[in-house]
Amino acid sequence: MAASGGNGSQPLLASARDARSSLAAGELSSVELTRLVLERIGKVGQKTHAFLAVTPEPAMRMAETADRRLQGDGPPPGPLTGIPVMVKDNISTAGIPTTAGSRILEGYVPPYDATVVELLRSAGAVIVGKGNLDEFAMGSSNENSAYGPVRNPWDTGRVPGGSSGGAAAGVAAGECFIALGSDTGGSIRQPAALCGVVGMKPTYGLVSRYGLIAFASSLDQIGPLARNVLDCADVLNVIAQPDARDSTSVRGLVEDYTDGIDAGVEGMRLGMPREYLAEGMEPGVRSAFEKAAEALESLGATVEETSLPLTGHALAVYYIIAPSEASANLARYDGFKYGYSSPGAANSWEAMDNSRGNGFGPEVKRRIILGAYALSAGYYDAYYKKAQQVRTLIRQEFQEAFERYDALIMPTSPTVAFKLGARTGDPLAMYLSDVCTIPANIAGLPGISVPAGFSGNLPVGLQILGPQFGDDKILRVAYAYEQASGWRLMHPDI
Amino acid sequence: MQPLSADDVRHIALLSRLDLSDTEVEEMRSQLTDVLQRFQSLSEVPTDGVEPTGHSTNAHTITRADLPTGSLPRDQVVANAPDHDGEFLRVRPILE
Repeated sequence: MAASGGNGSQPLLASARDARSSLAAGELSSVELTRLVLERIGKVGQKTHAFLAVTPEPAMRMAETADRRLQGDGPPPGPLTGIPVMVKDNISTAGIPTTAGSRILEGYVPPYDATVVELLRSAGAVIVGKGNLDEFAMGSSNENSAYGPVRNPWDTGRVPGGSSGGAAAGVAAGECFIALGSDTGGSIRQPAALCGVVGMKPTYGLVSRYGLIAFASSLDQIGPLARNVLDCADVLNVIAQPDARDSTSVRGLVEDYTDGIDAGVEGMRLGMPREYLAEGMEPGVRSAFEKAAEALESLGATVEETSLPLTGHALAVYYIIAPSEASANLARYDGFKYGYSSPGAANSWEAMDNSRGNGFGPEVKRRIILGAYALSAGYYDAYYKKAQQVRTLIRQEFQEAFERYDALIMPTSPTVAFKLGARTGDPLAMYLSDVCTIPANIAGLPGISVPAGFSGNLPVGLQILGPQFGDDKILRVAYAYEQASGWRLMHPDI
Repeated sequence: MQPLSADDVRHIALLSRLDLSDTEVEEMRSQLTDVLQRFQSLSEVPTDGVEPTGHSTNAHTITRADLPTGSLPRDQVVANAPDHDGEFLRVRPILE
């Protein structure tokens, strides 16, 4: 699989910023750009299966409105005005089917927009469709989608990562400039790493979850996937707004996330926790990461090995807390209010049992059972309460680390993209895919993955974690590395 | 840790209103036993006197202004139901 350098021949693989400049310069209109994107989806969509729904009619209407706005008719245009974007299909879009990748939500049409979708619309972004995902965002390979897996644009025999696999593959393959994903245990950052794009999970609470189909409410966070760091910051500026409809949403400390993004890393202190390089780390990932660390050092940062001894417990904490919250959140799917309903039941109990039994896929059922077990009488203290206590200790360990370091760096994923089917029979092996990304969700920290080279022909991601509400710091580190490295100019041949 | 029994899985499935086949019960019993076995390492972490964390940002309960606002239009909400009469959702018998 060859990778192409530069983007001159491929305007759809430019950054959103570059596309926006072309719109501003009148080189093309948003309607033309959107048509090109829809054609591109038609061409490569069968190979990637990144979209669950493509919505040309509303997209063209949004593009027409954006064009008028760009010509001075309407509110002042912003960085996303006229830019084609994808929205992960667990984010509610009024009038556009939203399935969360589940059969149980087949045919469901939300009567309202998620807050982030409202914000995208008011920014003038052009929503071209809904991104494929693991059912209810539960998975690390996108193979748990009830509507079929997404394939990695760098090698279509391999997974794109998950659960925002459609978002990452779509951005990588030029099927959209930007995508919104959600990240509960790494679901933005891990697929971004495996598909060679940038993915950011903001600090918990910075982006409203209103309208995000809930998986694990204390861990879920919406964030951007894009082709470069500046585009991510532009999206964050649009979606990071406090919202009265999400009582956990808060106002951040930063007005403009692009401000100071190019200040460089001179004098910054970066910690490399050695525990992240331990379990199952692929040699090619390790060496790409080490080169990235050296690059940051040569840019003037102090890079130092450190230790976060509780890291090894994060996976267990996550796979107790997330399924527990999921088992409660998914109780609403009863086959009566919306979506799939199993026919022929004698009474309501049977209808519920059968609708849920047939409507949910294997991984979702596994997590409901695991979560309900961890919450049940007799096991609550040993599992759920214990996990919440260790969560406190993990948070404290990070807090102490951030007294010494401005940010922490580690690989985003222990391996590159794996082959389809390689981990589907072994849940534990699949869960280990998230081992580097889960700790940030447990502690509510911001994290970003940026392309950091290749192992073989497959992309590797560098992950940068910051203290809570230090989203601007990780953007700054990511931007400095990205500008120095040039990996952003590599695109898959698809 | 006691290995999970098939009856444990069936009991939890009943509480979760989840119809599982015998094959699914057996598969989950064996897979979840492995998963829980792996999670036993948590018991090694000393947590006496440690407060549990429910939310990572320590946000206090945030309340909004207590003002009446609109709700979703009934026809749109009902339209999503698998079975309805335009006004109400229709469900199968609950008490027999």
